[in-house]
Parts: sequence; structure tokens; C-alpha cells
Amino acid sequence: MAEGPVRTGKPRGNLPPLDLYVPEPRYRPGDTVDYSHLQIPEPGLLARPDEACEASETWPLTLDMVRVLGDDDRAVGPWNPHLDPETLRRMLATMALTRAFDDRMYRGQRQGKTSFYMKSTGEEAISIACAHALAADDMVFPSYRQQGILIARGYPLEEMINQIYSNRADRLKGRQLPIMYSAKDYGFFTISGNLATQFPQAVGWAMASAIKGDTRIATSFVGEGSSAEGDFHAAMTFAAVYNAPVVLNVVNNQWAISSFSGFAGAERTTFAARAAGYGIAGLRVDGNDILAVYAAMEWAANRARANKGPTLIEHFTYRAEGHSTSDDPNAYRSAREAEDWPLGDPIMRLKKHLIALGEWSEEQHEAMDRDLAEQVKVATKEAEKNGILGHGLHHPFHTMFEDVFEELPWHLQEQAEQAIRERQTKWPEWKE
Amino acid sequence: MIEENPVSLHDAPSRSMNMIEAINDALDIMMARDPDVVIMGEDVGYFGGVFRATAGLQKKFGKNRVFDTPINECGIIGAAVGMAAYGLRPVPEIQFADYIYPGLDQLVSEAARLRYRSAGEFVAPITVRSPFGGGIFGGQTHSQSPEALFTHVAGLKTVIPATPYDAKGLLIAAIEDNDPVIFFEPKRIYNGPFDGYYDRPSRPWKGLPGSQVPEGYYKVPLGKARVVREGAALTVVTYGTMVHVAEAVLAEKGVDAEIIDLRSLVPLDIDTVEKSVEKTGKCLVIHEATRTSGFGSELVTLVQERCFYHLEAPVERVTGFDTPYPHSLEWAYFPGPVRIGEAVDRLMKD
Repeated sequence: MAEGPVRTGKPRGNLPPLDLYVPEPRYRPGDTVDYSHLQIPEPGLLARPDEACEASETWPLTLDMVRVLGDDDRAVGPWNPHLDPETLRRMLATMALTRAFDDRMYRGQRQGKTSFYMKSTGEEAISIACAHALAADDMVFPSYRQQGILIARGYPLEEMINQIYSNRADRLKGRQLPIMYSAKDYGFFTISGNLATQFPQAVGWAMASAIKGDTRIATSFVGEGSSAEGDFHAAMTFAAVYNAPVVLNVVNNQWAISSFSGFAGAERTTFAARAAGYGIAGLRVDGNDILAVYAAMEWAANRARANKGPTLIEHFTYRAEGHSTSDDPNAYRSAREAEDWPLGDPIMRLKKHLIALGEWSEEQHEAMDRDLAEQVKVATKEAEKNGILGHGLHHPFHTMFEDVFEELPWHLQEQAEQAIRERQTKWPEWKE
Repeated sequence: MIEENPVSLHDAPSRSMNMIEAINDALDIMMARDPDVVIMGEDVGYFGGVFRATAGLQKKFGKNRVFDTPINECGIIGAAVGMAAYGLRPVPEIQFADYIYPGLDQLVSEAARLRYRSAGEFVAPITVRSPFGGGIFGGQTHSQSPEALFTHVAGLKTVIPATPYDAKGLLIAAIEDNDPVIFFEPKRIYNGPFDGYYDRPSRPWKGLPGSQVPEGYYKVPLGKARVVREGAALTVVTYGTMVHVAEAVLAEKGVDAEIIDLRSLVPLDIDTVEKSVEKTGKCLVIHEATRTSGFGSELVTLVQERCFYHLEAPVERVTGFDTPYPHSLEWAYFPGPVRIGEAVDRLMKD
């Protein structure tokens, strides 16, 4: 048996032995949840500084929280973006569509149509508000939980499902794990499994736009867990040094798989507060308040576009579902957490706001949900005609070897021939 | 090289350059030819680089095209990937190959796979320049030869010049290539070739073969080896500084060796190697990098697989030892004339 480590330091006077602190979330499975410790400020109280202000002026906003929608379902305060009802309804529908899509794809994975899926339930406001606040040709460097941006930008659901099913119509030729979309024509950068790598890439893209005297800006997203990666620091440093026209987002959904946000440093300060140390403007927003998220993104985008530099936005939200289809959150957190989340559900909050404005009704909402479910169903059926994972309707074998390089070098040519030989040995009748 | 550049380089005006001047010239030409080429790295801007490879370029092309970066290799490569996604053609510099590791995730997980994972939607035509190799009393972190870490990565090209002529032509080809290229510059031969006899005076490039560099634009294609010396008794496959060491040692030994400078490790010119070994029946692989899982292992395997019935002796490899690069015992570590000589003797004894 291995012995424990031996203490070798000499006792010094009356000093106590050093003690390692390992963070522990407040609630584990079975616990009752009490959110009274959370500082949720009243909406409408925070000032909205000028978009061209000094970065340091945003310091109070990094510790507080931009909120627009109150418990009375009204939009209040200087951050109210005053969106017209038509835009609000469109954002509501896009959030609902994203959720309907997530639900159906989750079921598809459970039915064995694909290997993997990740929902964004509870975080829809962040993606959809950002997509609406940006110009269509601004470049997004997403993580894997911003499917709402792709949907908001009108990317066909069927194309998304083809990718999820890795079928013969998959634009990524079955090479990528489901949900790792890539859509250059929709300003949506290829998603990588490696966390936070897209953060310095977004800064580089923004620098390139500045080098060329373009007017487009870039934005990127990481979870609060990934903000612990070195790439976060690299991105923040480069963004600050070159005053890059970029908006960097931390989606603080409280959980990185089974690790609560304390393992990314949340017990000591906010994620937005990190902006100050880099000399970058920072905002902390109620991520379930789509008006607040829109206002923050619009503020940051205007700032970037005016050559006033980068902004870090922390979106305070809650990951309502498991990390992925491979995850069971009941193994590490209380089931009450999501249900009792004090900032509520972004879809419900916008719905109630629209109803309070007299621009929406329960009946309209129900009808919309039915329509959206049908829309997702139709797209799914269409995509399934191109095959589901493991049912033979995939891209030809040779495509596995393409695009490693621009041209196929001799060693890949040889390996491609080998793969085809193996296939013919196993299925002599097979024709591609 | 004539076939690559039919417009007759022989007639083009040329001058003798060392490798740094040749690299600087290549960068200058590409900056002028292509407004999307940008140079970035630690100390590359105003100062012109710790090895002077980018001297004068910021003044000529402006700070938007040639600029200093924070000391953060992850950021340098990551930003370069983002710039490439925008449509630029970045040429980032990593000050020493020994310091490329913080950028490794961006190179391996991102630059190398961008084209593949996006089915060609996004590409990373970046050229990462980095001084590499030992022989300069650089100790552990200014001497390494990490090429095998990169040749192992699908989607990266790895290029190593051995002369000023090749350095310029290969660098221009690398910058124009639409795939990410790791361009390792053997810093031991920046100023003159090194024959491995560290106790003899070193020579500058001036006037030596390979230092005559044509003015203006030309390319040395990636994936094509250079036969340094034709021979019938033994094939020596090598690259970088070791090309010159091999040349000197084999001349000293009087062996009629065919010496091949690979120039590109990926893509590899397997035809030239194969043809040579079929002719000579013997093969010696030489590199400075550590032995185990080094690029030499790949070369030995390929020769064994493809030339088995022509081989008259086991394929040998002479490499650095499997230790971190030492400071005081540099010449005991370096695969110099004694180590190469012994291998040549073994191979030539029948």
C-alpha cells in the first residue's frame, strides 16, 4: 500500500498546518435548494455608460448585473433596448424553435439515430439575442452550445440534422462529431472539441478585419468552465493589446459537466470582473433576460465597431439540462437547482413580457409551439431520407482522406486505396 | 531546381547571401507580392527579430503588416489561425522551436484540422517560422529539434532548409502553400554551413555552394528532395544542419555516398529516397533530434518496407541521444563525425 505523502517542513512556532481548500457546490443530489445567497439586483437600476467610455468605467457593471425585465414582466431602465414587438416575437419564436430542435435531437440520440447531442436548454436567450444584435456578416466563433445563433441566422434545420446524423448529405462529410457545425456562409466558424481555442482565433479574425480596414467585428463564446483555459488569457491579452474589435462572451451556466463554477474561480469574483485586469470593458448580464443580453451585445458591438476596443460579457445563466447525452446530472447536483433557478426561463420571461405588452397571448404561444414542433419534424423527416448514423448512407470512403491537405499526398493516396481494398474484401458486392 | 523555375534562374541576377538574409529576402518579396501576408511574433517588429530575420520589414511595410506580439505562443498561433480564417496569410514566428509547445494545441487541434473538419470551408494557410536545432551551446531550451511532433500530425507540413538558396525558395513556397507549414530554420547554419567539426574554424556562407541566391521571386517546391551528392555505395538521408555534417564526414571517409537533403519531411519525397536505396543497397538516416520515435524511425520503416529486397545491410540511424539537450556535454550529445563515422564503417564493411 502506498503511504501518504510525508510532511517534510519544519514546524514554525504556532503556525497552523497549511490547509488546501477544495471548492464544493452548495447542493448535491437530494438536497433542498436555497438561492437566497445569490445577489440578484433589481432590474433597471444600472447606468448605461457611453459606448466609447474608458474600460475602467465599466468596473461597477462587472460586479453587478444588467437586467431589463422585471418580475412584473415590464422592461425598465437605461439598458432597455426598446425593441419593437415584431422583433420580440421573432426572438421568442427563435428561442422556442431552438428548444424544440434540441428536444427532438435529444430524442433522436436516445432512439439511436445518432451518437451524441448537446442541448442549450435555458441558455437560448444568449445565442438568439447576440445573433439579433450583431450584423449578419459579423463572424461568430462559437462553442458547442450556441446552436441558437445558427438557427437565428436562418441556417436550414435540415442541414443541421444532416450533420448530426453524419449522413450522405452532411456538409462536413461525416467527419465531425454531431453538433460541431461549420457554416462559413452564415458567419459561423467551425466548432472544435478543444475548449477555448476559438477565443484567440476570434481575436485574430478581428485583428485581420482591423488590418484590412473592414467594418466587420468578431465575437466568441466560452463556458465559464473553459474560461480557466490558457487560451482565455491569450485572447484577453491580445484583444487588449491590439484594441481588437471583438466581443468575448463567457456563458456562466454554473456547471462544467460535473464541476460547479467554483472550479473556474466563481467563488472569488465574477467572470466579468476579469476584464478589468486586462483593461477591457466588462459587462455582467442576466443571461435569461433576452432584452438585457441584446442590450449588452449591442453596446459591445457598437463599441467595437467604433474602434473603441473589445468587451468581455459574462452571461449569468443556468444549464438546465445535462451536459450532453452522455451525462446524467442527477449524479452530481440537486434536481431542484434548475427548477428553482431564480432568474427563471428565458422563453417564459419573454413570453410574459409580450403578453404584458398586449402583443402576445397564451393561445398564440401554444399555436406557435405546435407549428415549430411540426417544422422540426418535417426537417427531421427530410434529413432522415439522407440516412441516419450507421445505416450505410454516408459519404464515399475516399472522402475520409480528402481535405487533410489541399492535395492528396502519396501516403494518403496509398492509405485510401487500402481502405477501399478492405471494404471490398468484407463486402465483395459493394459498389460506391 | 531548373525544372521548377523554367524562366532560367541561371540568367537571373543573384548574390551570395547567408540564410538569414535569404529568409529576410523571401519575406520581403512575399510581403510585396501579397497584401494578405502579415508577419507577427515576439520581437519581430521594430527590432527586426532576435536573429534579424525580419529586419527592416516593419519600416518598409508598416505596423499593420509586421508587428510585435505579447509573449504568448498560444496567442500567436491562435490569432494567426483566426487571421487565416478571415483570409490573410500570416507568417508567425516562434522565437525558438523549444518554445512552440504552448502553441501546440492551436497547431495540432486547430491549424492542422481546420480544412478537414470544416470540409474545406475554413483553411489555415499559415507558415510558422521557428529557429531550431543545436550546435550553438543553447542548452536544453535553445537547441531542440521537435520536428517529429509535427510530422506525426495529419494536416501539417514540415519543411527544413539546409542552404540559403533553399531557405528562400522553400519559404516562398511555404507562404504560398494553402496548408499550414511548420518551417524550421537550423540556426546553427544561419551564418555559415556547419560540418560537425566543432574544433575547426567555421566558415561564412559567402561564396559557398547554396549561398548564391537569385534576386526576386522563385520557389523550391515542397515535397521534393535535393540530391546533394550522387553516389553508388550508400544512401544518406538527412536534412538541416546534418546535411553539411554528413557531406563532410563522408568526404573525409572517401565513401561514394549519395546524400539526400529531404527539405520537406511532410510531404516526403519518397521516390528520390527509394530510387537511391535501390541503387546503393544501403541506407543511413541522420538527424539531430532524439532517437526514439524520431522522424528517422519513419524513414527507416519506409525504406525497410519499400526497398527490402534491395537492402544489403540493416538500415542505420544516427541521431541525438534520448536525453534532454545538454549544455556542457553538447559535443558528446551532437551526432557528429565520430558517431556518423562508426555507422558508415559498419555499413561499408562488406
